[in-house]
Amino acid sequence: MSRSGQRFNPVISGLAAIAALFFILPLTGLVIRAPWSSMTKTITSSGSLDALWLTLIASLATTALALIFGFPLAWLLARVQFRGKALVRGLTTLPMVLPPVVGGIALLLAYGRRGLVGEPLYSAVGFSLPFTTPGVIVAESFVAMPFFVITLESGLSSMNTRLEDAARSLGASRLTVFRRVTLPLIAPSLLAGTVLAWSRAVGEFGATITFAGNLPGVTQTAPLAIYISQSSGKIDEAIALSLVLVVVSLAVMIGTRNRSRSA
Amino acid sequence: MRNHRARMGVAVICLAIVAMLAAACGTSSSSTVRTTAASQKVSGAVVVFAAASLKDAFDQIGKQFEQANQGVSVKFNYAGSSSLATQIKQAAPADVFASADTTNMDTVTNDNLASGPKNFASNTLEIMVGAGNPKHIKSVSDLANSDVKVAVCASDVPCGKYTQEVFKKAGVTVHPVSEETSVSSVVTKVTLGEADAGVVYTTDVKAGGDKISGVTIPANQNVTAEYPIVALKDAPNKDGATAFINYVLGPAGQKVLQSFGFKPAGK
Repeated sequence: MSRSGQRFNPVISGLAAIAALFFILPLTGLVIRAPWSSMTKTITSSGSLDALWLTLIASLATTALALIFGFPLAWLLARVQFRGKALVRGLTTLPMVLPPVVGGIALLLAYGRRGLVGEPLYSAVGFSLPFTTPGVIVAESFVAMPFFVITLESGLSSMNTRLEDAARSLGASRLTVFRRVTLPLIAPSLLAGTVLAWSRAVGEFGATITFAGNLPGVTQTAPLAIYISQSSGKIDEAIALSLVLVVVSLAVMIGTRNRSRSA
Repeated sequence: MRNHRARMGVAVICLAIVAMLAAACGTSSSSTVRTTAASQKVSGAVVVFAAASLKDAFDQIGKQFEQANQGVSVKFNYAGSSSLATQIKQAAPADVFASADTTNMDTVTNDNLASGPKNFASNTLEIMVGAGNPKHIKSVSDLANSDVKVAVCASDVPCGKYTQEVFKKAGVTVHPVSEETSVSSVVTKVTLGEADAGVVYTTDVKAGGDKISGVTIPANQNVTAEYPIVALKDAPNKDGATAFINYVLGPAGQKVLQSFGFKPAGK
């Protein structure tokens, strides 16, 4: 059981048990209070299905964007020396500590119809992001991508670059080095960052409702639907939908944790 | 040793609880004053859960009430009436509930959490558009045009329910771009120019100043929103709650409400 032969310490174990219970009890509350008899009916109602489907689509699109744009950013921050790097790192990871609703307002001021970028865009092509599904993805990316970038950056910085040098000195092409040496070495942090960004996107609420609004089937993701249900007294609906999110997220977290360990 | 540790733990928890209680009661003071409306002694904090549309008027009333009653402080929690009703049902420590409709008030009184609400003001709906009305919206039916981005309240909050009634009376089907969780969010979306129009309360248009314009909804398509107020049965500060409600119903409170565009209660 105990790999390193640590002795059982009652104080540490007691405090750890309190910490674990602190997280477990609220989830237990959800499970106990869940409307089990009407569960399937509630979840398969068209409103809930729309919200869950939109959550899935938007969070996967957000994860894809994080991979496409976040990977180069993490690479730049980890490998390239340039002026103002600390500032760039600070600014791009700021959304992690910012209240998401602040992010939503900032997004409106930049990409809204009257925003810095949004206004020229709207007058050019007549399209604006708020109240659209792409708007949801933008809001989720703003909040979730930093988690990917910062995780991958730390993976890239902590890996041993001499292995890459060795491979290259033995005649491997840049692409081969990346594929056969770099990628396997950073795989755990790549996976962890991807899962973190995805799960953060699934749970995103504040930036989404502020920037993209709330319209069933278009911008109403599961967290928004849950909020609307609970604030209008439909607590059973809120609990049912919450449980779905909990189960899916838990499965993904546990699944990827095991995989990244065996990798 | 064990026992000692356990006792320490209990002591720490007790201390934390005492500290929290002290913080919660920190605003109470011993000075008591007679109120004008009902000659009771009131003191301490009065916690008022009020509909988002009441914010400006109630902030003003709160200030005046505090001035008239030394030693009393009023704390407001503004949100959509349905959110507030849910919070109250989950035993939020509120003294007064002021709702933007009778439906949400009923859910609270039906749960036996309060009784005998009184209507204190009424409001009507109006279309809020950008300053100068750039989309030339003249009527409710113009909101059905596909090139007009309309923000409304979600049908679970009072303003959303009223909005649906207006659409029904006008015989139009409107496809909104967003169903916001409170009337304040609709105001924000129109003020920022993200939405071309929003259906809000007359008082919101008045409060918006010159950043927005209003389009009147004719009386035969409009609805009257009655605002009821009640003291909650489990109010931590019962006297404070009664005094505040009397102040709102009294001439001073009514004057403030009307200065913000509210109409007298229809009863």
